[in-house]
Amino acid sequence: MAQSRRARAHRVQVLKNWLDQRIDLAGMRQFVEHKVVPVHRHTVWYYFGGMTLFLFIVQVLTGILLLLYYQPSAEQAFESVQFIMTQVEFGWLIRSIHGWSANLLIATMMIHLFSVYFTRAYRKPRELTWISGVLLLGIMLLFGFSGYLLPWNELSYFATKVGTDLVAQLPVIGPTVGRILRGGDEVTGATLSRFYGIHVALLPLLTTGILGVHVFLVQKQGMSAPLDIERGGRPVRTMPFFPNFLLRDLVGWLSALAVLAALAAYSPWDLGSKADPFAAAPAGIQPEWYFVFMFQTLKYIPAKIVWIDGEILGVVVFSLVGLWLWLVPFLDHKAARGEDSPLFFWIGVSALAYILIFSILGYVAPGGK
Amino acid sequence: MENVENSRRGVTLFLLWSGFGALVVSVLYPIVRYLVPPKIGGPTISSVPIPWKPAEIKANSGRLFKFGSRPGLLIKTPAGELRAFGATCTHLNCTVQYREEKQDIWCACHNGIYDLNGKNISGPPPRPLEAYKVNVRGEQMIVSKGV
Repeated sequence: MAQSRRARAHRVQVLKNWLDQRIDLAGMRQFVEHKVVPVHRHTVWYYFGGMTLFLFIVQVLTGILLLLYYQPSAEQAFESVQFIMTQVEFGWLIRSIHGWSANLLIATMMIHLFSVYFTRAYRKPRELTWISGVLLLGIMLLFGFSGYLLPWNELSYFATKVGTDLVAQLPVIGPTVGRILRGGDEVTGATLSRFYGIHVALLPLLTTGILGVHVFLVQKQGMSAPLDIERGGRPVRTMPFFPNFLLRDLVGWLSALAVLAALAAYSPWDLGSKADPFAAAPAGIQPEWYFVFMFQTLKYIPAKIVWIDGEILGVVVFSLVGLWLWLVPFLDHKAARGEDSPLFFWIGVSALAYILIFSILGYVAPGGK
Repeated sequence: MENVENSRRGVTLFLLWSGFGALVVSVLYPIVRYLVPPKIGGPTISSVPIPWKPAEIKANSGRLFKFGSRPGLLIKTPAGELRAFGATCTHLNCTVQYREEKQDIWCACHNGIYDLNGKNISGPPPRPLEAYKVNVRGEQMIVSKGV
């Protein structure tokens, strides 16, 4: 017994040595052993980045599974999803998890974004982490938008009409980009093919690269401690990354999985009815919840402001806000110097309030549905 | 005392690993079941109308038609007799064709040859083609299973 254990230990050691001579395992082990995570009253927010990563992994796995049966054509798409939901064993579960996980992912990502924003974790030296993070946010929204169309049902069909039309409203480049997105002047099977390619090939490729950079930077630089704690004078309390933080992170992953499983099982994702290009848009048409605040804003903008079309103005303003968000680390000079930046705090609070209020209005305001 | 500690640790580890094992199984089981494609239910088709008139088909020729989700082969022998078969080769499921010059049914994939009764006479096919019944009612032809 003891002998066989010794023999096994020896074999493991031989394998370790073999790897060590090729990829410097010792260096990695040292890095992991010395890596620490700050402990303070905001530590809990650190877990949302990991949860977002976990949900993204769930998306990749369930997405690959859905690809086995999904058929990307206007004639077949709806039927193939219906087939997955009704004929394939656990097909309803796989699709529901994909749909719910997508939504939870956006939610955890927004929490992650705002927590990083309010703790000024974007300040020097983590500008690049923020830049790559905001890019990932944009990619995830595109994932949501393109994936929404793929079941080719009534709601997604009209949501895509509206969404691509908004893009086409943009000055100068709009009409061309709209045509490229739709593969023509209308939302047709050609649009479906394009969105499918974007959803399963282009965006995953971009994500792999940018997510790689993002996670590498987080590992390389470690977690940022909030400004006030860093300036507190006392050394910041820490816990080892391995295993203390990693195990806590796993609890976050498991909680996300539990919420996901419960939602998918008790509230399976709907399919609706098949898109019909010759039918009127159904009542209550609305984009996914994370687009609702923008959708609602557009409803309140007058048709003409001076000589500019209201919708164009709305789209341009939202684009500029996105650009501003992307460049925040370079605009917030005070945080870069390690000083308070109350202006940015209040901008964040207003943005959060705006998103909340307009999202709620989208669901409760008369004519909002 | 150490023994108590050890058995506590044992129980805890057992619970931890069996919980983890249950999680792995509950994730993997649906995935494995999902990977297995369902048998296409749908109505099993036992007969189909042929989209051509009997007179349209020349003697010594053959045409493929849709028999449900699979291809069928309708031939008119040089003697003028109409016959129908499943067009799926019994070797590796390629679709067979009628060869006018050799007056046989041929699978191009691996050179399998059937005679005009659908019997495998040369090459790798292990069994005859599935034979169908052709009923002619005036201008209309109906092909059905079960000869």
